[in-house]
Amino acid sequence: MHPVRKRRLTIVIFLLAGLGIAVGLTVYAFRQNINLFYDPTAIMDGEAPHNVVIRAGGMVEDNSVVREPNSLKVRFRVTDFKSTVPMEYDGILPDLFAEGQGVVATGRLRDDGVFVADSVLAKHDENYMPPEVAKSLKKKTGDDAAAEAVKTVVTE
Amino acid sequence: MWQFFHKLGSPKWFYGIAGRLLPWFLVPGLLLLLTGIVWGLAFAPPDYLQGNSYRIIYIHVPTAFLAQACYVMMAVAGLVTLVWRMKLADVFVKAVAPVGAVVTFLALFTGAVWGKPTWGTWWIWDARLTSMLILLFLYFGAIALGNAIADEKSAAKAVAVLVLVGVVNIPIIKYSVEWWNTLHQPATLKLTEKPSMPPEMWVPLVLSILGLYLLFGWLACLRMQTEILHRERRARWVQELVE
Repeated sequence: MHPVRKRRLTIVIFLLAGLGIAVGLTVYAFRQNINLFYDPTAIMDGEAPHNVVIRAGGMVEDNSVVREPNSLKVRFRVTDFKSTVPMEYDGILPDLFAEGQGVVATGRLRDDGVFVADSVLAKHDENYMPPEVAKSLKKKTGDDAAAEAVKTVVTE
Repeated sequence: MWQFFHKLGSPKWFYGIAGRLLPWFLVPGLLLLLTGIVWGLAFAPPDYLQGNSYRIIYIHVPTAFLAQACYVMMAVAGLVTLVWRMKLADVFVKAVAPVGAVVTFLALFTGAVWGKPTWGTWWIWDARLTSMLILLFLYFGAIALGNAIADEKSAAKAVAVLVLVGVVNIPIIKYSVEWWNTLHQPATLKLTEKPSMPPEMWVPLVLSILGLYLLFGWLACLRMQTEILHRERRARWVQELVE
């Protein structure tokens, strides 16, 4: 390679490496702010501030959704399979809201540890399948292999 | 190999090659894209959870893939501009930057249309969506900078530096859903693993991705031809071509 071009190439590579390190460190330093929500473990560890508007997210725990009759109030628990946070919400839930599905809620963490949500968004995962497949997978949960496959989709 | 590389630097030579390549990109590209989209939108099974609204994936994912691939190609061309001073590399950057911007906008737009019924919001400032918006602004920046500097050579260098600097955003877009908590789900199609959808869903998706890439190749050749004619307008071969 021509020495001039070689020199230019070295400069560009150094520039890119330096830039990559700078951006990498910045992004690493801001990781708390880049995270969209606190997961239940972070909330349980006391990382999340109380009585301030924050976002919390995780999976809606099975058999945890309790709807109050004659109002839109809903109570449910959100889990990351290590810790669980109880949530309260008064409003219309998105269509995809269901037990075993992900949610991201905006609201405040009360001092008693209950998260009072002002809005609830549904977070779906990257798995797609036809309804029949999902149904038959749900039936066969005794089967270990199938259970493993559905673990993230249909938690039984 | 080097001979080929130097030949590639000749605008006149490339103009001829691009012209011959055009139908080879256009016809299979259109066929693949149409097959993929019609198959995906009309014949692929619905999703167990999202029903039919997941079908926008057949437009969203191809545009989002191309938005990033186009930027990476521009960055490689930018490197060639800076190191080898090859004119054709800059012609490429200038020709595809608006295409990349449009495709990025489409990815963001289809994402918003998809997000409203599934997530419950059309926009959220999570890492994936924000880094994708930055990509759109990088495209705008490259287009604006290229047009703002009158001198062709300085414009080429400035745009190349901008495009190269912006390339750090690409791994951020790709890994944003793994490094941080986001509302956006992780990737369904992965290079190293099986896709997390059955073949009757991912085959049409892959077809439309390939189709869109080929159409991009067609558009890139076409736009590069135009740009070459404009830049070489005083050259004898162009004048002879026009007459």
